Amino acid sequence: MSAPTTLLFDEPGPRARTRHLIVTVAAVVVLLVLLGLVIKGLANPRNSQLTAAKWTPFLQGSTWADYLLPGLLSTLKAAGLSIVLSVVGGVLLGIGRLSTNRVLSAICGVFVEFFRSVPVLVMMLFAYYFALYVLHLADNQPFFGVVVGLVFYNSSVIAELIRSGVGSLPGGQREAGLAIGLSEGQAMWLILLPQAVTAMLPSLVSQLVVVLKDTALGYIIGYYDLVRGGQTFATNYGNLIPTMLVMAAMFIVINYTLSRVAQALERSLQRRGRVGGPPADQLIDNPAEAAKAGAS
Amino acid sequence: MGELADLITRYHVLLAFWMTVRLTTISALGALIIGTIVAVCRVSPVGVLRWFGAAYVNVIRNTPLTLIVFFFAFGVLNTLSISLADPHSPTSIADNNFRWGVVALSVYHASFVAESLRSGVNTVPLGQAEAARAIGLSFVPSLTEVILPQAFRGAIAPLGNTLVALTKNSTVVSTIGVAEIAYQMKNMIEFSPHLLYAIFLLVAICFVVLTLPVGAFFTYLSRRVAVQR
Repeated sequence: MSAPTTLLFDEPGPRARTRHLIVTVAAVVVLLVLLGLVIKGLANPRNSQLTAAKWTPFLQGSTWADYLLPGLLSTLKAAGLSIVLSVVGGVLLGIGRLSTNRVLSAICGVFVEFFRSVPVLVMMLFAYYFALYVLHLADNQPFFGVVVGLVFYNSSVIAELIRSGVGSLPGGQREAGLAIGLSEGQAMWLILLPQAVTAMLPSLVSQLVVVLKDTALGYIIGYYDLVRGGQTFATNYGNLIPTMLVMAAMFIVINYTLSRVAQALERSLQRRGRVGGPPADQLIDNPAEAAKAGAS
Repeated sequence: MGELADLITRYHVLLAFWMTVRLTTISALGALIIGTIVAVCRVSPVGVLRWFGAAYVNVIRNTPLTLIVFFFAFGVLNTLSISLADPHSPTSIADNNFRWGVVALSVYHASFVAESLRSGVNTVPLGQAEAARAIGLSFVPSLTEVILPQAFRGAIAPLGNTLVALTKNSTVVSTIGVAEIAYQMKNMIEFSPHLLYAIFLLVAICFVVLTLPVGAFFTYLSRRVAVQR
């Protein structure tokens, strides 16, 4: 991770250090001026977004208990259910696409490419109206819309992850499985898939961030998520901008934590020598590859 | 079929399609400009700029696009009354929504553009920069003559993915009343629910037509110009 920042420049000498100092001061001044402009705009008496009255409601328990936490909970509920269903769907689609049966593989391929091209919002709108007009669900149509929309899209993404995960495994893995008498299917389930899933664990956690963000689209079809809860609250107190900033902070904390978990997973898998790159025996034959794998 | 054709003219689907294309191209330009600035900050030798670049990417990338669109439309436009259109023009409301929508899409996707460019820089082996310095090139020439030409080639595939994502994400600005495809899809379904499947297929095909060629072109391009290593 530190390599990219040192790639472009040497350890600075005295003249470069002076130049960097000048740029640093200039950058700090520019950033402070920008910050000042934003604060001035917000504090402007016409807007007065920074008055205590707009912010103190966040210190009351009822704000959190009645609006923000129920919203967050339903966001997490929809995201959690979607990711579980997407993993199941994605694994099935991915295996179908890798199947030696041409027809099955083609069907799964078309399905994956189609639902990867359709925006999640369009899929959500369709699922919502489908629940409303075709299934005649009495309630929960928005929840159905959110989950179905997310599952179709993310299953396709996870199917692609599985496909590239299996594709990156050395061909000898499958052949060894067949050699000891396993069938194609057994080699897939017992040998290839466990390795591919381990290798794609970091991407899967990153996908969770995408799902969590996309759950906010549910607002548009009337799902009571965090954004909807926050907006209902903001209408009561007339503090839309502070509420949006608080909601953004909540999303950022959760998603940033998830991203860090994904990075940590990736590093620990790399230490075990499982992820990406050719297997260790090829590295010994190819010192250039070995050096690159070590550097990354 | 006739009924669907009727809907297409009634709800100006072609105009909506054009609106999606416009939203995508203008926002892509905006995202490319902001993203390049952020990426340069992120790889610069100055600590404050690196910090700013990282902060921008981490904050924007972890916030839902829906929230960013609302922030600009309801927060900046409605609450702070910062207008981007001439208030006396008859299309001032539509113009404002469109322009703030473009700003929101640009700001959001700039963080992905910055990450694509940075990953492009990461594809350049350390030895290239060391070799450039060893033959006596200073920071700027080694950047422009050696590193960047290779970095841009490495960044083409992720930039293509970002453009495809931007095309699909442009549907989110339908919430602030920009009459693009998803907006008209909603209107059409509410007007004639019995055509639900046909309308969905129509809209889905619009996006397949927009995204598949773009994705295929960028994959082709990234292979075509890939640096042999």
